Amino acid sequence: MSQIDLINIAKSYDKQKDVLNGIDLSIEEGEFFVLVGPSGSGKSTLLRMIAGLEEISGGVLKINGQTVNHLPPKDRNLSMVFQNYALYPHLSVKENILFGLKGRKVEKQEQMRRLHDAVEMLGLQDLLKRKPRELSGGQRQRVALGRAVVSHAPLCLMDEPLSNLDAKLRANMRVEIRRLQKKLGLTMVYVTHDQVEAMTMGDRIMVLNDGKIQQIGKPITLYNEPENLFVASFIGSPKINLGSAVFSENAKHLIIEDELHIPVDPAVFHHIPKDRKLTVGIRAEHLEPCLAKKENMYKLEAVNVEQLGNETLIAFEVGSELWTAKWPGQWQIEFGQKVLVQMKPENLLFFDADSGELIKSAELETSQGAVTV
Amino acid sequence: MSMIAPTIGTNEEAYLSQVERVKRKSRLKSFFKGMLFLLPSIILFSVFVFYPMFQTIYLSFFLTNAQGATTVFVGWENYKALFVDPIFLKSVKNTFLFVFLTVPPTVIISFALAVIANEKLKGIGFFRTIFSSTMGVSVAAASVFWLYLFHPTMGLLNKILEAFGAGGIEWLTDPKWALLAVSMTTIWMNIGFTFLILLGGMQSIDSSLYESADIEGSGYFYKLRRITIPMLSPTFFFVITVSIIHSFQTFGQIDILTKGGPANETNLIVYSIYREAFVNYQFGSASAQAVVLFILILLMTALQFKLGERKVHYQ
Repeated sequence: MSQIDLINIAKSYDKQKDVLNGIDLSIEEGEFFVLVGPSGSGKSTLLRMIAGLEEISGGVLKINGQTVNHLPPKDRNLSMVFQNYALYPHLSVKENILFGLKGRKVEKQEQMRRLHDAVEMLGLQDLLKRKPRELSGGQRQRVALGRAVVSHAPLCLMDEPLSNLDAKLRANMRVEIRRLQKKLGLTMVYVTHDQVEAMTMGDRIMVLNDGKIQQIGKPITLYNEPENLFVASFIGSPKINLGSAVFSENAKHLIIEDELHIPVDPAVFHHIPKDRKLTVGIRAEHLEPCLAKKENMYKLEAVNVEQLGNETLIAFEVGSELWTAKWPGQWQIEFGQKVLVQMKPENLLFFDADSGELIKSAELETSQGAVTV
Repeated sequence: MSMIAPTIGTNEEAYLSQVERVKRKSRLKSFFKGMLFLLPSIILFSVFVFYPMFQTIYLSFFLTNAQGATTVFVGWENYKALFVDPIFLKSVKNTFLFVFLTVPPTVIISFALAVIANEKLKGIGFFRTIFSSTMGVSVAAASVFWLYLFHPTMGLLNKILEAFGAGGIEWLTDPKWALLAVSMTTIWMNIGFTFLILLGGMQSIDSSLYESADIEGSGYFYKLRRITIPMLSPTFFFVITVSIIHSFQTFGQIDILTKGGPANETNLIVYSIYREAFVNYQFGSASAQAVVLFILILLMTALQFKLGERKVHYQ
């Protein structure tokens, strides 16, 4: 069906500084691939280059093994969903969906058959005669998806398609798009700035920043083993807790933010250079409430408490940083209260403070496998 | 509980009437504030539009002396005379013909130019400037310029015709050609404005509509027909309305090129009004013509809104 290879792709405007640089990437057939990054990272530009809407300044783009750098968008056999949906305001839903097919002069009967299928799949039966302005955001989104579906293109590109929807609808559409993609076996390239969307939807994710690939991998890999500080702080909500750290002179303690003194356990620390400035990170769920065991305990001052009902987010002041702990259940904690927190050294991630590269990720506890029936 | 309820009730009534009073006061206040903001334009409109308009209507019921002072009240006589006056009727007919000869070509040519100028090409800014430049040329200058082009012996147009072996045309003195010649001048002069408005309208069409159509494999003319023209319909509507009104009010080029001749062929309504008032000193009947023109334009515009509204897609 469709497989995309990007070989050393670069983009620059007017021969100025590169917007994108050295992008090497392979997207598998039938894969849901997410491009994620902050605004201005070049992710939309990359998507538009794949679509053929933006010229490729350097490198080779292959679709199904064929170089397509020179091909206009219509010959690349793909569909695209735009952030603002790009619906024609003067045409009805039906005409909007059939716009491309009519333009390509697809046979009338075939048009109707595809329309019928798409409409059924997306639940648009009652809306066919309406104009886009008479639709809600979610309905417009579905019409835009319908246009992609009827094209029967094996490759679908989406440029932040959910950013105009409210939070609840977004969660629904996430599931719907994912199901659609699996059902039709589409190869999907999906651009978003929302890391939750990326984590929940992607088979694989590419994190982009400043036009450079930060990391490519499965969502859970990016979460557990971020290759650098950028990925670590970009992926995950609440954000990973970071703090600068140095070893004490006798290398008996790791001192975080001049405040936390962590005794060095050789089993955990033996790969870590003792003479360098480090940044350590710890996920919010690894700042655990102190229950039975009385080791690795630290007394921290709670400066903010957010009750979410099923869990409680507690912000602690650690040196100049604000760390967040995520505790399951409901906890009654006062502002300014000193709280005992358990922080196991094996849960710490170590980064080189200067280069930002990962030195050691957290040691994974045996992950829980589902019981298959 | 039941003991207290009535006292609360009366209090509530008193309170409500007080609220009503305060509301009325603040409404009045904001009305005066609004009026204050409108005052400058109300004054200007009154002095330069409303007063002359009512004065014209008033004058149209009178005969006047050469200074324009009213002498005899004649009621509807001025109007009655107009509708049996062959010269005025001809000027009405010619005006409609003139509108028909100028508006469609202006809009079509401007649209074609705008489509070309909307392409992203090197140096397109130069062409955009050239295409819109006639907007900056005054009616008088343009007319004199065309006067030379139309000159029977030295004029460029006849030189070209002769080069192709065709005989020269008496552009401005031949009754067959005079209105056409004036129309050509007017089209040329109006293209700048129309082009600029249409180009502006085109550039405000969301580019993602075209990108999406590109990906779906639509051809150039399919996009032009299904996206550009419908999306531009409000702009077309505006441009056509303004052009029609403008054409109805044509005066300058007539005065310079033909003075209404030959044989009243180019005697359009506004020129006829001018002649009636400032050549024949018949201010009464000139005013009556002006009122008729006003009603004509009003009707045409109303008709357009009625017809156009259904066809226009606002975003």
